[in-house]
Amino acid sequence: MNRLRDPQLQARLVLPLFMLAALPFMNLATWLTLTVAGFAMGMMLFLMASGLTLVFGLMDVITFAHGAFISLGAYVATDVVAALPHLAASASWLAALAVLAAALTAAIVLTGVAGWIFEIVLIRRVYGSHLRQILITVGGLIVAQELMVAVWGANPIPIAKPLAFQGSIVILGASIEIFRLVAVALGLAVFAGLEFILSRTRLGLMVRAGVENIEMVEALGFRVKRLFVAVFVAGCALAGVGGVMWGIYQGLVTTGLGPEMMILVFIILIMGGMGSVGGAFVAAVLVGLMTNYAGFLAPRLALGSNIALMVLVLLWRPRGLFPLVRG
Amino acid sequence: MDELLTLSGVVTDIGAYHILHGVDLTVRRGRVTMLLGRNGAGKTTTLRSIMGLWRPRAGAIRFDGADLVGLDTPDIARRGIAYVPENMGIFSQLTVAENMKLAATGARFDAARLDDVFRFFPILKTKWHDRAGLMSGGQKQMLAVARAIVEERRLMIIDEPTKGLAPAVIDQLIACLLELKARDTTILLVEQNFHMARSVGDDVAVMDNGVVVHVGPMAELAADSDLQTRLLGLSLAAHQ
Repeated sequence: MNRLRDPQLQARLVLPLFMLAALPFMNLATWLTLTVAGFAMGMMLFLMASGLTLVFGLMDVITFAHGAFISLGAYVATDVVAALPHLAASASWLAALAVLAAALTAAIVLTGVAGWIFEIVLIRRVYGSHLRQILITVGGLIVAQELMVAVWGANPIPIAKPLAFQGSIVILGASIEIFRLVAVALGLAVFAGLEFILSRTRLGLMVRAGVENIEMVEALGFRVKRLFVAVFVAGCALAGVGGVMWGIYQGLVTTGLGPEMMILVFIILIMGGMGSVGGAFVAAVLVGLMTNYAGFLAPRLALGSNIALMVLVLLWRPRGLFPLVRG
Repeated sequence: MDELLTLSGVVTDIGAYHILHGVDLTVRRGRVTMLLGRNGAGKTTTLRSIMGLWRPRAGAIRFDGADLVGLDTPDIARRGIAYVPENMGIFSQLTVAENMKLAATGARFDAARLDDVFRFFPILKTKWHDRAGLMSGGQKQMLAVARAIVEERRLMIIDEPTKGLAPAVIDQLIACLLELKARDTTILLVEQNFHMARSVGDDVAVMDNGVVVHVGPMAELAADSDLQTRLLGLSLAAHQ
């Protein structure tokens, strides 16, 4: 019983308990469909939020321009998919994976470079001042959106899923979209990759130490400024990856695609514990599940349900499910 | 004896507050220099100025002949200076092993140095895979000092290592510092604990109101209670 008093264990139990709590309100097939859909949405949200939580955790930077990198990733995907029509129209899984890999690679490179420039031009000037960060990144978001309009136009751009990713498969009587399974697989792979980097590499060690006490990391001889740039670029690239998946999933890309997701992304950051990658993962899945469960049970409460969920979590854990400890 | 670290006329402001008003200080090679003074005298600010954590507005800080003013903290640390801050600077979410790895070049340990660390502080071997945040205050201080000695350093800067620690832990730290002293390690040590100051100090500098007001042998200050009262406002022995 004493183990159940462990706050970390309690936070880890939230997700399975939440899933089980929804089961009595629907039949098994519906529950399975909604749960997979929730996981898929959660994974795409995690891709968008993971970079932002790292940027906040290490750099103490709040950026409202993160949505622009999500949109940029989605726009890049429209070009890549359009440039590979034969592969996209092939029924082969390998062809579909090749299209997705090409879109992800292009988005990672472009959003990474854009993030690098953004850090040099704007973020570097406002370290240590949250108010200035908010003001300058909101300005940066507006400029970035206008630049995307200049490049891709103001009209929404349709983007089709590669043929092999279209349609559904039936598991235990539940109809599950193939693309959602792809999103779950990619999200889990990115989460595993981030966890590996953070827990098993020297770079990850520096990031985790920097999140706690940047000054001491510098006093040990590490150049944190370079680490800041690397993490910001990685955060933007992850947003781009999220944008690719969300854009393909939605089927239509606009400049508002990214910024519209930021409400959910911030809910995830706050609920998971600002700066915690594991917290962002759990919170993203919770938000994805809540959106789908509430969308089925009480559609009008879909967005409000996530805010209510965040309020409940914060009443229980004011610093989020997996709060960071700073030195 | 030659000088390893020299501060000349160092002036440091923190925001609108003028903290150091022209600090002159010399740390000689192979010696343990104690930096004493009342609370708020500027001791911690002096250490942080040396490490580049607060930038001096004026003055010079020379380490082995090279000027440190204007260098970034990582560049200063890479010259072979280990810093143990007053708050210990332990990464509480990391394990003891991970804390130590960060202090070792390329995350590789020199086996002999690591043996030394475990000999000084056996508890660190026991807790090697535990999260540092779960350790007691004394164990965290041992880890902070262990991080500083896991590699050969040219200078160790330590800020009040005994603050709030039990006497048994203080004795362990003293034993460690005495062995380092015997190996001619150069140490600049801020300390309020007279027992430790007298045990390990060779030289002493006393600060008051942002300047150094006295320099001399530690033994001389330890033996002169009138001097202690004049410089520090109380007898060090009575302070224990």
